Amino acid sequence: MESRNTDTSTSVFKSLDWITVLLYLILVTVGAISIYAASYDFDNASLFDLNEFSGKQILWIGLSLLVGLVILLMDYRIFKIYAYPIYGIVLIVLIVTIFIAPNTKGSHSWLVFGPVSLQPAEFGKFATALCLAKLFDSYNFVLNQKISNYFRALIIIFLPIILILLQRETGSALVYVSFIFVLYREGMSGLVLFSVLCAITFFVVAVKFADPLILGIPMGEFTVFLLIMLIFVCMLLFYCKDGIVGRNVLIGFAGSGVIVSVLAFFGVVLNGTIYFLSALGIGMVYTSIMMFRHRIGKYLITIGFVATSVMFLFSVNYVFGNVLEPHQQQRIKVALGIEENIMGAGYNVNQSKIAIGSGGIAGKGFLNGTQTKLKYVPEQHTDFIFCTIGEEEGFIGSVAVLILFLGLILRLIHIAERQRTAFERVYAYCVVSILIFHLGINVGMVIGLCPVIGIPLPFFSYGGSSLWGFTILLFILLRLDAARKERTD
Amino acid sequence: MRKDYSLEKRKYVIGGFIAVIVLIYIIRLFNLQVTNDKYKESADSNAFLKRVIYPSRGLIYDRNGKLVVFNKPAYDVMLIPKDVGEFDTLALCSALNLTKEQLADKWADMKNPRKNPGYSAYTPQKLISQLSIEDYGKFQEKLNLFPGFFVQKRTVRNYAYPAAANILGNIREVSVKDIDRDRYYRRGDYTGDLGIEKSYEVALRGQKGIEILMKDAYGRIKGKYEDGIYDISPESGKNLTLSIDIELQEYGEKLMQGKIGAIVAIEPKTGEILALVTSPNYDPSLLVGKDRGKNYAALVQDPLKPLYDRALQGAYPPGSTFKPTQGLILLQEGIVNLNTMYPCHHGYVNGLRVGCHGHASPISLKPALQTSCNAYFCWGLKNMIDKSGTKAANQLTKWKDYMVEMGYGYRLGVDLPSESRGFIPNADYYSNSFRGSNWSANTIISISIGQGEVLATPLQIANLCATVANRGFFYTPHVVKEIADSVIDPKYKEAHRPKIKKEYYEAVAEGMRMAVTGGTCRLANLPDIEVCGKTGTAQNPHGRDHSAFIGFAPYQDPKIAVCVYVENAGFGAAYGVPIGSLMIEKYLKGEISEARKGIEQRMLTSNTIETSGVKKH
Repeated sequence: MESRNTDTSTSVFKSLDWITVLLYLILVTVGAISIYAASYDFDNASLFDLNEFSGKQILWIGLSLLVGLVILLMDYRIFKIYAYPIYGIVLIVLIVTIFIAPNTKGSHSWLVFGPVSLQPAEFGKFATALCLAKLFDSYNFVLNQKISNYFRALIIIFLPIILILLQRETGSALVYVSFIFVLYREGMSGLVLFSVLCAITFFVVAVKFADPLILGIPMGEFTVFLLIMLIFVCMLLFYCKDGIVGRNVLIGFAGSGVIVSVLAFFGVVLNGTIYFLSALGIGMVYTSIMMFRHRIGKYLITIGFVATSVMFLFSVNYVFGNVLEPHQQQRIKVALGIEENIMGAGYNVNQSKIAIGSGGIAGKGFLNGTQTKLKYVPEQHTDFIFCTIGEEEGFIGSVAVLILFLGLILRLIHIAERQRTAFERVYAYCVVSILIFHLGINVGMVIGLCPVIGIPLPFFSYGGSSLWGFTILLFILLRLDAARKERTD
Repeated sequence: MRKDYSLEKRKYVIGGFIAVIVLIYIIRLFNLQVTNDKYKESADSNAFLKRVIYPSRGLIYDRNGKLVVFNKPAYDVMLIPKDVGEFDTLALCSALNLTKEQLADKWADMKNPRKNPGYSAYTPQKLISQLSIEDYGKFQEKLNLFPGFFVQKRTVRNYAYPAAANILGNIREVSVKDIDRDRYYRRGDYTGDLGIEKSYEVALRGQKGIEILMKDAYGRIKGKYEDGIYDISPESGKNLTLSIDIELQEYGEKLMQGKIGAIVAIEPKTGEILALVTSPNYDPSLLVGKDRGKNYAALVQDPLKPLYDRALQGAYPPGSTFKPTQGLILLQEGIVNLNTMYPCHHGYVNGLRVGCHGHASPISLKPALQTSCNAYFCWGLKNMIDKSGTKAANQLTKWKDYMVEMGYGYRLGVDLPSESRGFIPNADYYSNSFRGSNWSANTIISISIGQGEVLATPLQIANLCATVANRGFFYTPHVVKEIADSVIDPKYKEAHRPKIKKEYYEAVAEGMRMAVTGGTCRLANLPDIEVCGKTGTAQNPHGRDHSAFIGFAPYQDPKIAVCVYVENAGFGAAYGVPIGSLMIEKYLKGEISEARKGIEQRMLTSNTIETSGVKKH
């Protein structure tokens, strides 16, 4: 045992993916410096002052490195063996949190231990990732083989989502939705991913462009109908090699479109909804006739997709108006640029755009950012930390940070694909998915492209829980990856 | 576990997905940071508060170093509309000592684009101007209750004497026109209005400074930007020393109470104006502070026109005070010599009659001045115009040129705004007004005794007196003696010499001395000061004659030359002489002798407005 342990520790560092470690160290270091810049108050506080955010963050980084080192020195098999118990414990902690956490800005997600607060949701990520990996690693588990496999995966994903939603931490809950990438990688139909992307696009377009009216319907709705027509034709062309059906539908749509336009030109305006529904309906009837005649089952998918899209479109207005809460509606409206209420909900985003925009190409220089220093951007050391980089380091610095993240994510995809077992691969893709989601939403929100969803920028945003959560997530992956040569099974 | 290689290709979809997202974000960042300037401006207006530091306006002293005008702080209540949060209107009203309606009016005025063309919700706007220090103290205590409000310290003028308003002028907020004319001004700045505040505006105002402060999201000041290296420190306005003797000025204004007219006193040796009184006048403090607008409107509407500076702007018939100029011209032109005698049979009788009063006849120049004989000067002008061998028009042109040299007919160029030029007719004027029918010496004869078409300002008349006192030269009269660290306009240091021999001036001075010792100005015959003088009684179409006087003293070393002009007050000896002699005595002695207290008392209390015969009063 003694000699084996030594072997493990030396071989871990020999086969450790140092590129990832290096990227990690760069990111946390730049992050700590940014926090120092963001909370610098012209009083020349030291970077290491423990009363300041930056000083605390450096303490957290030190502890994170310690945690990372401990993980690297652990036996790689522990994670697989204890995946379910870890998941279970985290779920219990999440449940307990709902009841004992104090109200912090409306959410009940923080456990307070004296001076230290922890957010269990941050630790749910690696636990869920381990659990999902363990599921996929079960003997003869193939996702597409049985529909019940999907249920098992979705239950693992949705249990923490529900618990975190109950803590009123919508942002952290949404992160788990990113596991759809894992399911996709493990065999889920690309159509699902495509549908999700379509749904998001349709939603955004339909909500954002409420006016002007075209053919009596909002421009957004009009555009979505056109997109559905386009997808309809493309799918038909894609599924049928000779493409005659697709071509006929295209000609039909184009011809009817010309007729409607000419009529509109002469003042006879058809109702848009009736036109699109009848055009799409005739297209679908024609396609189903062709489906039976040529016995091409895939046309059914097309018809189903189109029908679902239309239904989705009709439900968007209902969902937006009646299901979402007013503050969520407003966040979405602000993010989509519908509302210019710069003093209200749009204040954060507007100020963050001003801060970033004022940085210019090269930025104002370290500690010279006026917007972040003077606290114009709320939450600038946590969720809006990217502003500080945008203002002080400019376009060059912001792009560099984005490239570092992209490099890390691509490196992790590379690591994922070099694993020989499903457990490591699935776990790695979980990490990739979480990072994609966090990066995409956080930066998107700061630069005004996404709704304001309060999730941190990995490794950058101030906070021990978040940093520990990401460190654990990443170092377990590094530990698993380092062990791929040790393995015999 | 088998490996599904078709699924492995999906890594490209996932990797591609995040790569596309990052690319979109980079494009967005490029758009925000590189191609768009609007955010930079927003950031600056967010974070920088450019605060104007107003320099203190120059102080004004009188010729004896007495402080006349100084500054006191006043506080403008400012606000940035977009920063104004919820506040209690009633609390604001009570803090500012206003009723709810008054506040609503002020608020409406601030937002009214006609009254406040620079209104913007994002820049500081003035709600109330010139809060007194007491009101400021009350408001400052509660300032935290009113988000978006702040107080800007300004200085306003304070006057040590309730006098000399016409000389000092006042300050007012700049108009749109001022801003267009001079880029120095910004809305809400003050500029001089009337008086030396206007004519010495550039020296008095100094140079504004700018302080660049950083303010945080809550509007709190977080110190100076870059430790103030981009700040511009203000330069105080320059102090002025007036040539005015403020006590003489105040005394003159008291003497003129109840009268309409002007007193101008000049130090002949320098052209420095010692007193420039116009009556009725007003207390300069009326045009300071919150009530300025109301008081200004009242002054404008006053039928006695207190804002009209009669000393500079009043163009009056000079009457007999004009006679010294005529004597000088006649002597210089050789029309008369000191022994030339003209007859006076109770006036000039030559086809028309210009009346005169009882004295010996015939008469030569000096006694003519002494007794203010009209006939003498009428004959003189007639002989000059009708001189053989030249045309009347040429002779009149010659006459006019002398008058202009002596400072009549054009603005003298005093360092105060809105001086009037008076009027001296020339040959063309008469050719036009007589429309072809010939004019002759007789038709214009009244100009020889300062009547008819001739008009002069009290300043011009006083300047003539100073020229006689100097025996032949004058300096352009001015009210500012010194500008701190700077020189006054060199034109005030340049002597003007009419082309008339000194000896003739000497003769005129002697004639004026005789008028005091044994002529029309005997009331000015002070026991210990040799005063020279000349009365004037000017006919006018408005009512009783104007009472005028010019005089200087001492005879051999003149220190003061004075002109008094009292509208519709009768003979020159009635008001002009006593007031003029009191001014001379006050200036040279510092006080009025016991023997003359009675005259002083009569002048201080008399009211000629009521007895003027002018109905509109």
